[in-house]
Amino acid sequence: MVTNMRPVDEREFSRVLAEATATRTPVALTGAGTKERIGRPINAAATVSTRAMRGVTLYEPSEMVMSARAATPLTQIEEALAERGQMLAFEPVELASLSGGEAGQATIAGVFATNIAGSRRVRVGAARDHLLGIRAVNGRGDIFKSGGRVMKNVTGVDLCRGLAGSWGTLAVMSEVTFKVVPLPETTATLILLGLPDEIAIEVLCAAMGTPFEVSGAAHLQPSLVARLWHQGLRRQGQAITALRIENFAKSVTYRLGRLEQHLRVYGEIHEMDDENSLAFWGELRQLSVLQGNDAPVWRISTPPGAGPKVVAAISAYMECRAFYDWSGGLVWAEVLPTTDAGAADIRRVIATHGGHATLIRAEPQVRAAVEVFQPLEAGLERLSRKLKAAFDPAGILNPGRMYANF
Amino acid sequence: MASVALPQPDRAIVSRRDAIAEDLRRLVGPQSAVISDEDGRRAYETDALTAYRQLPLAVVLPSTTEEISRVLRYCHQHGIKVVARGAGTSLSGGALPAADAVVVAVTRMNRVIEIDYMNRVARVQVGITNLGISEAVKAQDFFYAPDPSSQLACTLAGNIGMNSGGAHCLKYGVTTNNVLGLKMVLMDGEIIEIGGAHLDAPGYDLLGLVIGSEGQFGIVTEATVRILRSAEGARPMLLGFDSSEIAGQCVSAIIGAGIIPVAIEFMDRPAIHVCEAFAKAGYPMDVEALLIIEVEGSEEEMTDLLNVITELAKPFRPKTLRISQSAEQSAAIWKGRKSAFGAIGRISDYYCMDGTIPLGKLGEVLVAITHICDRAGLRVANIFHAGDGNLHPLILYDSNNAQQAERAEQAGNEILQLCVASGGCLTGEHGVGIEKRDLMRVQFTETDLLAQMRIKTVFDPKWLLNSAKVFPLEGREAALEAA
Repeated sequence: MVTNMRPVDEREFSRVLAEATATRTPVALTGAGTKERIGRPINAAATVSTRAMRGVTLYEPSEMVMSARAATPLTQIEEALAERGQMLAFEPVELASLSGGEAGQATIAGVFATNIAGSRRVRVGAARDHLLGIRAVNGRGDIFKSGGRVMKNVTGVDLCRGLAGSWGTLAVMSEVTFKVVPLPETTATLILLGLPDEIAIEVLCAAMGTPFEVSGAAHLQPSLVARLWHQGLRRQGQAITALRIENFAKSVTYRLGRLEQHLRVYGEIHEMDDENSLAFWGELRQLSVLQGNDAPVWRISTPPGAGPKVVAAISAYMECRAFYDWSGGLVWAEVLPTTDAGAADIRRVIATHGGHATLIRAEPQVRAAVEVFQPLEAGLERLSRKLKAAFDPAGILNPGRMYANF
Repeated sequence: MASVALPQPDRAIVSRRDAIAEDLRRLVGPQSAVISDEDGRRAYETDALTAYRQLPLAVVLPSTTEEISRVLRYCHQHGIKVVARGAGTSLSGGALPAADAVVVAVTRMNRVIEIDYMNRVARVQVGITNLGISEAVKAQDFFYAPDPSSQLACTLAGNIGMNSGGAHCLKYGVTTNNVLGLKMVLMDGEIIEIGGAHLDAPGYDLLGLVIGSEGQFGIVTEATVRILRSAEGARPMLLGFDSSEIAGQCVSAIIGAGIIPVAIEFMDRPAIHVCEAFAKAGYPMDVEALLIIEVEGSEEEMTDLLNVITELAKPFRPKTLRISQSAEQSAAIWKGRKSAFGAIGRISDYYCMDGTIPLGKLGEVLVAITHICDRAGLRVANIFHAGDGNLHPLILYDSNNAQQAERAEQAGNEILQLCVASGGCLTGEHGVGIEKRDLMRVQFTETDLLAQMRIKTVFDPKWLLNSAKVFPLEGREAALEAA
């Protein structure tokens, strides 16, 4: 078997993977390789890339649907959408930028295979919620499809969601079809300064409980504000709590006003206009405040109200800088490098408060030594192993990428 | 009608009914019930797809997850099939019993366990009705978003089984987009918890696989669902057109202009007339196609949006353009739509289809549906969710006329094949059930089906759960070999 391959279509992918299964040759699946340094290191004899399969194959703006081959770059997709006044609702964050990779190079199949979503996820759902259909090749070399190009489809088992977030361990998606939405006419942001985490999350959750369709709810600790690219905000030198409203201009004005009435009790409220808002939320999408160093970064998903408790508990064990998104339900925590990147303590904290933690950035030897993805409960692990075997009985696809033993 | 073949029941199991029922009674507490007498079982012989009827082996009405675990472990040990059931409102026969299967109906498990407004989630037992969740959080102006027409009766259990949608999912998504966590019992009795109050569950997306698995993967007993703050207001408008095709073009123009109303519902002339007679909603009687378009927001926002939609609609020369002027009018407009199936049921038996098509194909598909039904000598009324292309043609027939019933089923099959050929699918929200089982090969290849059946085998290796449904009977062996 050749060590590096770029099948040109799913038939060739099928042959390559069937042969790998027959010879029990583990393969690393890649797209543009922007997330190669995320997850557990893979020990594979060959690399099979989707890169030769690119291009938008269907775009119907009036039906809010697009299809694209696996390795179509995210930037190309977003440019095509913007030309028709549309976008990907789930605002995928640029994980590549955490490990020094080039922004915007991620492939569309990679986005869905890792189920990455950004700030708007709190209102509109994750990548998996926008995936309508797939064509894929499993470890057996079988070419199969699931879902389709229509918005509503409950025909058969939902394999689209089954593959979303599976990090290339079940199958390679050769083509994806997804829902797109109109770009908002105007974006605005409300900012509160200097709030302690606990109060900040209370503000964000209160705002999410209003009828004003808040589409971003984030909080940055002062140490991370100091790393913002946006000069005006960086100079504030204190914690920033931000709420985003996106809508028609008139609605944005009205909703900002109503939201301010609700939140006035928490302190002075500043408004940020469209241009500054796009810059600020844009850099959150780039994870700007976590860039430029190689300290370990954890991505913690927890009930929003528990976010500050999780961070406080972690901070009792180690130095920790936190960026809260999803009104507190997503914590990006940067900690000081140690042999296990704090895994033992962080997982203990998570066990108390609920949720799960993934080690997104760490040296390869650390990622090889600790559980990068949250260890599963026994019952879920048994099901997950069987699921892996159903798609990939020889265990050739990205073996060990998510879990050490399957 | 009822041409889909049911598997031959296992006589040995049926003959042991009394002994099995006795065993089951020992497994559940005094709050729960086991029904084995014929009259009692009769109440469970069908669901909303009434053409199919089967008396179940026995019925268990459990009160706890642990009881369901004991019942499933027992059935697993003895190779007895199980059919999970909510309120029995499935339009695809998803809850149709089998003569050799125990029905486990979760309707007694209908409590709200916890409401958490800060985290915007509610934890409930799944026997609660869909509307029951919204009722429980209404005082705080919150609601649970998916809203199938049967929401007064249908359970969350069934919604999870079928990944149900509703009129407002254009904006708010369907069940799978609104459920964050599940507690479920696997066929061998193991109780597992997936996800929780956090937004993303870790590992493989088991939630995504289980939701919509039509009771074939396990029995879900509790769920953590997202609750949302209600909009400040909601207002529908009515747009009547000279043809269905023009109505469809108008929908495309609205969405293409970047407006996503919270709902866009469509009715054709026969549907309008029946619904108006029933609900007195003030629908126009002189149009071929009617759109109900609803927007949300403050008074001013709704007025602005409806004005924009009005402008976008003008080039399509609507014959009627009327904005609801009061809460009463809005309620009447929705009552007409939501009671459409019931209203049509009062004048005729009907066979309700549920295919989805790309919106751009709307005009040609509706013309073709009319031709199919004309050829069958049957009337059809079309009602559907236009924003997402989910069609509900109701084929009218007389269930006492066997020949007509057969023609209705045949016409329905042709319509679904048309939906798939147009780039759509067999079912948008009702599920495959028994009804569309043998049409699965129209949409899927053998390899596609095998990939799905292998997942069924992962969760239920002996294929005991609701196993007459979803997958064509022939060709299942390969999937079983993978176990």
